[in-house]
Amino acid sequence: MTTLEERKAAEAAVGEQLEPIWEESGGLRGWFTTVDHKKIGRRYMVTAGLFFTVAGLEAVVMRTQLARAQLDVVSPDLYNQLFTLHGTTMIFFFATPMLFGFGNYLFPLMLGARDMAFPRLNAFGYWAFASAGLLMTSSLLFGAAPNGGWFAYVPLNEEQYLPGAGMDVYSLGLLLLGISTTVGGINFIVTALTMRAPGMSLNRVPVFVWALVVTSFMVVFALPPLNVANLMLFLDRRYGFHFFDPSAGGDPILWQHLFWLFGHPDVYIIVLPALGIVSAIVPTFSRRPIAAYPLIVLATIGTGVISFGVWVHHMFATGLPQLSLSFFSAASLIVTIPSGIQYFSWLMTIVLGRLVVRTPMLWILGFLVVFVAGGVTGVMFAVVPFDQQTTDSYFIVAHFHYVLFGGAVFPIVAGIYYWFGKFTGRMLSEKLGRWSFWLVFVGFNATFFPMHVVGLLGMPRRNYTYQSGLGWDGLNLVETIGAYVLTVGLALTLFNIARALRSGPAAPENPWGGDTLEWATASPPQDYNFPVVPTVHSLHPMWDEKTLATMVRDEDDPERTLTDGKQALRTSDLDGVPEHVVELPEETVVPLVTAGGLFVATLALVLGAPVVAASGGLLTVVGLVVWHWPRAARQEAQEAQEAQA
Amino acid sequence: MVAALLLTSCSGSQSALDTGGPAARRIAGLWWGLFAVATAVVLVVVFLVVWALVLRRGPDVRPRRGGERVVLIAGAVVPTLILIGTYVATLGVMGANREPPQPAELTVEVVGHDWWWEVRYPDFLTANEIHIPVGRAVHVQLRTADVVHSFWVPSLTSKRDLIPNQDNDLWLLADEAGEYRGQCAEFCGAQHAGMAFLVVAQPAAEFDAWLADQAAPARTPTDAVAARGQQVFESASCASCHTIRGTTADGVVGPNLTHFGSRQYLGAGAAPNDPGWLGGWIANSQTVKPGNLMPPQPLAPEDLTALIAYLETLE
Repeated sequence: MTTLEERKAAEAAVGEQLEPIWEESGGLRGWFTTVDHKKIGRRYMVTAGLFFTVAGLEAVVMRTQLARAQLDVVSPDLYNQLFTLHGTTMIFFFATPMLFGFGNYLFPLMLGARDMAFPRLNAFGYWAFASAGLLMTSSLLFGAAPNGGWFAYVPLNEEQYLPGAGMDVYSLGLLLLGISTTVGGINFIVTALTMRAPGMSLNRVPVFVWALVVTSFMVVFALPPLNVANLMLFLDRRYGFHFFDPSAGGDPILWQHLFWLFGHPDVYIIVLPALGIVSAIVPTFSRRPIAAYPLIVLATIGTGVISFGVWVHHMFATGLPQLSLSFFSAASLIVTIPSGIQYFSWLMTIVLGRLVVRTPMLWILGFLVVFVAGGVTGVMFAVVPFDQQTTDSYFIVAHFHYVLFGGAVFPIVAGIYYWFGKFTGRMLSEKLGRWSFWLVFVGFNATFFPMHVVGLLGMPRRNYTYQSGLGWDGLNLVETIGAYVLTVGLALTLFNIARALRSGPAAPENPWGGDTLEWATASPPQDYNFPVVPTVHSLHPMWDEKTLATMVRDEDDPERTLTDGKQALRTSDLDGVPEHVVELPEETVVPLVTAGGLFVATLALVLGAPVVAASGGLLTVVGLVVWHWPRAARQEAQEAQEAQA
Repeated sequence: MVAALLLTSCSGSQSALDTGGPAARRIAGLWWGLFAVATAVVLVVVFLVVWALVLRRGPDVRPRRGGERVVLIAGAVVPTLILIGTYVATLGVMGANREPPQPAELTVEVVGHDWWWEVRYPDFLTANEIHIPVGRAVHVQLRTADVVHSFWVPSLTSKRDLIPNQDNDLWLLADEAGEYRGQCAEFCGAQHAGMAFLVVAQPAAEFDAWLADQAAPARTPTDAVAARGQQVFESASCASCHTIRGTTADGVVGPNLTHFGSRQYLGAGAAPNDPGWLGGWIANSQTVKPGNLMPPQPLAPEDLTALIAYLETLE
């Protein structure tokens, strides 16, 4: 039996040699130059958390405005900015970046690797995301926030109807973010396919990794229609193009197709990685492997594929032919089957396992209860006549908050409680976590359940106010009170985090008895993650004596310790057979400069300064040249050296 | 509890569950079926979660393995059967709601504007109020003058978008006399919330009388104050945007006001149509419906009084 002490001893021996190789600059310099996936991952999570807080407070203002009929808390135009920014921020700048943050942090750790495949690209992705989010969120301070809805339907969002910079911030901000998300997705795909620990064949890859890889493929295919649409919208607004201008023969429905061809897969882009978190946490607290692993992986892939064929259910009321509607209705029903498989996989795992209810698992149980309610109402929107009746009413607001808050926020909070020790070396308070959970659970249901009812009672969404006497008053008041309770609950978790960072108890390596490889590292992990790269023997390496033993046995094997430089192991895509050693890049400021150029270009285009925009673009080009230059030269020099030898 | 909550609160005139016609009734029936299945599914999940919590095996018990077959049957096979049933029901209601029970004799054209509804009958124009005969289907053509809007009268039928360069339509059939409130359901800018309308279903005779009244031009006022009001209307900026048939006012930017006095609301449901609200609306409608396209009208007090008196005579 390999003990923790033996692993610590091995770590000490090898770590001495790795430490100086992997150490990065500290302080301000390190802030701008790091390429460490853990620092970048943490940064993604903190930044996305900030955007979540801002967008959440925007929602609180909206709920205050809607507490009673005909209130005058905010003006109609400010309300429209708030709901546009709330949706855009939550979808684009919170959910996906937060889950990418989890992924950045956990991918190499779960895969037994030392970093992501492209560490500099990782840093670049963060800077592009952060600057796009800054542009979008701060626009509210200048009264120039997007105000045409997160879905930006045309012709409303043509300059004729919504002049001002708001929707330019939207289209260009999303284009900048689109670059970040795409490179992030590519990095996940390549990392998962080439950087896994020896022995980690595809059937031993954790479900969380599978989920984020499927998500990444979806990102790569779903973002192009959105990017194209946003580019066309910007050209329409600023340069007099007529792609979507009906008075000049443009087509408003084209926007809807392009947007939802991205938009529906995006629902799963948000939810799948969160479901991956669920699949990571459930086995740990059920003390058994996840039920039907091959089925849950196939279900994840199936969801990714089918989700590209259902976008028209967002357009059932636009007057498309009945035959098209019946096809997309069928596809939208079918896409729920893989979710059924995932659900019963978790349910069978907890029913047959030995359930231990610690805080992370409490949030997951809450997720199981609320997400199913969002799922069953989702099925209803495949039912054409019912969709046509309730789309754009509060019923749909209720539905997608059960899906997105239930399906993403609950698992994300669970993930924070689960991995906080790994991320920071400190444990969160269980007691505060439970209080937070119950307040959020009650507040969430009080906020969003009545919305089903007001929707059926005919209340349309995106209304800054409503008339009294239509049966909506009392329910709206309940929703607003629920939103306050929900806010207090979430604030309690924020307080818990702040408190733990100051004075939380130290986190052990594997506080919950988890099964995946991140639990084999220190809390927080060393710069090099694993002193001895493990050789994986099962889907549950931490529950498997053989895998643990390799981390001690191989301490003298140079092909597992890789102490000659900042190196990682390249393994084969299917079976995880070691192929060769790859050199990883050192810390550098180049990603920041490259992303900075893009940010300058974006901001200048919003402000209408093409010369400045061009110089920003030039800066990016220079950054890319430098990025690619020295490494090739170094390789050549190395090859020349080897030839000499 | 959920059902009780729904039942006790569905008395509004804009409710999809308080139906006034066959199309909405079929959809409401479909909803209750979906609701029953959905509740059953949620209860199964909640039951399994609670069961796992109750079972909570002690630390000395070995967790059980397996579960694949249950996952496959409960997670894939059973849902597939339920979804096939759902699809059949979907196609059934889609087919039934496609055409009205009898062919529609009357066609009304509704044109969406920022932020009001123009209603075109064969012989006249009106705004924000659609009258239909009880028990007879009416064909509604939907067009927009600007952005995308959506026509939604939940108690009568499901919604349909108004899209530039596209001819959409639907049919309305109310089988009880009464008023059914509708609202724009597609976000259309600053006053999306202020774009309501009424569908008034009347017995045939009453409806025919209404048609005849509306088709007639506005009566020339007999009392002096109202006559002065007409002059104000024709000479001030009112006439450049609004039409009153029978006068020289022929603007087409805003709603046709020929029989304005017969309408229940001002500004697409923004306020009741009474002299007080009307005065406030004319003086500065931005305080009633911020962002709407009618600029404030700085009229002398006696002109305003006369104008109100005149407009209220236009029944």
